[in-house]
Amino acid sequence: MMTTATTSKLFTQVQSLFQASGGFASIRQQAVESLENQGFPVAKAEEYKFTNLSKKLENGLTNASFAEPFSIDQATVDAHIFADFDGDVLVFTNGSWNKELSKVTQDYSVEVISEDGLLGAISKPGKDAFADLNTAAFQEAIKISVAKGKVIEKPVLLIHFNQANEGQIVMPRLLVQVDEIAQVTLLEYAVCLDEEVYFSNALTEVKVAAGSYVKFFRLQNQSSKAILMDTMETDIHRDAVFTSVKISLAADMIRNNLTLNLLDSGCEGNMYGLYLLNGKTHVDNHTNVDHTMPHAVSNELYKGILTDSSRGVFNGKIFVRQDAQKTNAFQQNNNILLSENAIINTKPQLEIWADDVKCSHGCTTGQLDEEALFYLQARGLDKTQAKGMLLYAFAGEVLEFISDEPFKAHITNLVMERLGTQF
Amino acid sequence: MLSIKNLHASIDGNEILRGINLEVKAGEVHAIMGPNGSGKSTLASVLAGREEYEITEGEVVFQDKDLLDMAPEDRAREGVFLAFQYPVEIPGVSTTNFLRTAVNQVREYRGLEPLDAVKFLALMKEKMKLVEIDQKLLSRSLNEGFSGGEKKRNEIFQMAMLEPTLSILDETDSGLDIDALRIVSNGVNQLKSDKTATIVVTHYQRLLDYIVPDYVHVLYKGRIVKSGSKELALELEEKGYDWIKEEVESASV
Ligand SMILES: Nc1ncnc2c1ncn2[C@@H]1O[C@H](COP(=O)(O)OP(=O)(O)OP(=O)(O)O)[C@@H](O)[C@H]1O
Ligand SMILES: [Mg+2]
Repeated sequence: MMTTATTSKLFTQVQSLFQASGGFASIRQQAVESLENQGFPVAKAEEYKFTNLSKKLENGLTNASFAEPFSIDQATVDAHIFADFDGDVLVFTNGSWNKELSKVTQDYSVEVISEDGLLGAISKPGKDAFADLNTAAFQEAIKISVAKGKVIEKPVLLIHFNQANEGQIVMPRLLVQVDEIAQVTLLEYAVCLDEEVYFSNALTEVKVAAGSYVKFFRLQNQSSKAILMDTMETDIHRDAVFTSVKISLAADMIRNNLTLNLLDSGCEGNMYGLYLLNGKTHVDNHTNVDHTMPHAVSNELYKGILTDSSRGVFNGKIFVRQDAQKTNAFQQNNNILLSENAIINTKPQLEIWADDVKCSHGCTTGQLDEEALFYLQARGLDKTQAKGMLLYAFAGEVLEFISDEPFKAHITNLVMERLGTQF
Repeated sequence: MLSIKNLHASIDGNEILRGINLEVKAGEVHAIMGPNGSGKSTLASVLAGREEYEITEGEVVFQDKDLLDMAPEDRAREGVFLAFQYPVEIPGVSTTNFLRTAVNQVREYRGLEPLDAVKFLALMKEKMKLVEIDQKLLSRSLNEGFSGGEKKRNEIFQMAMLEPTLSILDETDSGLDIDALRIVSNGVNQLKSDKTATIVVTHYQRLLDYIVPDYVHVLYKGRIVKSGSKELALELEEKGYDWIKEEVESASV
């Protein structure tokens, strides 16, 4: 008898994309089996209860095929690099690496891989249907490797150019391996070359080996019709530090799943996020930090400003295992709602099995401070300026974590422009 | 300069100001005193344009313009300045950072060139001396973690930067020790000219030794029930408000 999982509309839509053979046959097989058994999340599924991505896709994937790689010229690439950027560029078209237009000038390697034990070992199949979908179906896996002891001074910018017919799919798959005491900063965003409804289902795995520093700053600001599923899972080893900053400014629906595995003592995982939502944009940030060993630290700050009938979801899991004594784990989620129709669902989820830990979490949801607004107006700022200044002050706290100055300036400009005109 | 006629204002249906009349001319200092809750801050807020209050009756003319018709920012640009009784804390916004926008907005409104960074800094330095305020304080989040005295000094510093025509100081003296009081009063006095006017709201005669008023008014239950010269403040300090309350109650019987 067929299970309901495999007869769901979404399953039948994407089934033809599964790839069974090739170098990754084993993890693909596991992913397919998991999908066959569990299917895609239904409306009541706990993990997706505020974000019915399955339904969004059933309606949105009118042409559930892969958008194929395409050719692009240098001028188009250059036009989408922000001002004062100084670093390397990796260009992707519909998830496929374009080596010719990429600029790799520093001491690390980039390659398309057809076999690698690490792929699927950090984000193991069976945990999330959309991650499984990526594993089952991705067309090309790209690996960035930084060898032991290498310090990559300048940032590496990943630009994804996407161009899809209506209802098509792209599935970027990235593996980043940073060996011991190495250092790298990665920046990433996607550019939509047309305004069609499409689905990007990306999966990024990162290994931060002992003593390494990795920063990953990402911007989601493509088309307002995009449906985005973005999974990142990172293994952080002894004394290593990993920092993620995610800025979500535009899309139709976004679901971000971010998991940090703090695997050894002395390591640190930082998760920061900002979402500015208007119209009917829906952004869901699910984060998960897993403290397994003593003396590790995690910091988390997500902030949101919502207007119109937008919706935000924040769910922050902190898991402290029994061995993880002396853990320090901090989590904050703060939101400003500017309209009566905007909705935020925020939920901390702490599970603590060790007894000697310092954990704190808090969430706030409020309106714009009217007293502060009046104060600034009484000093001569017009209402729009005053509002923009207050909102920017709120959002700016997250932007401070973007340590690449030109990228920070670029995002700051985008944020100020949006807060000044659309909020 | 300022003419308030029969001003009535209420909040949530409660009438707080119940027929205020006040004339302020250029060069004058008016003190407004009165028991707690009599409506002093409400009057100050209404003049500055706070929108929560509903004006039910009356008019306010400022330099031949209808003040009540203007947005708060335009009142500021026209030259009205309110030093808040309780200055608001604004995380993430520093004094320096918002004041640059404010000063240039005001200058633009008055048809002056905007100040570039260098000139703005020079102006800041000059005005900082006036109220002996530290630059470090000005680059911190506005009023966040400031002591009471620091907040009040910052208010007067902003006043100095914006060069208002009419300054309304709402209990700028509370929370100041005598040294800070001298500094703040000194700052206010230096900004005074025959073209500007000042309204000081206070509970204490002490301030009026430094900022000497031409007139003293007593506000009680939303009305100015007594006006006099600076000697009235001394009398109030000595006798309290009960005799005025009695006068009012017996007159209304
Ligand atoms: N936002 C408000 N909502 C409701 N009532 C208010 C509000 N603001 C003021 N009031 C009321 O209006 C009255 C006058 O208040 P106001 O602050 O103007 O008095 P005040 O004379 O400045 O007092 P104080 O000397 O304590 O500063 C008080 O009864 C107060 O409770
Ligand atoms: Mg008051």
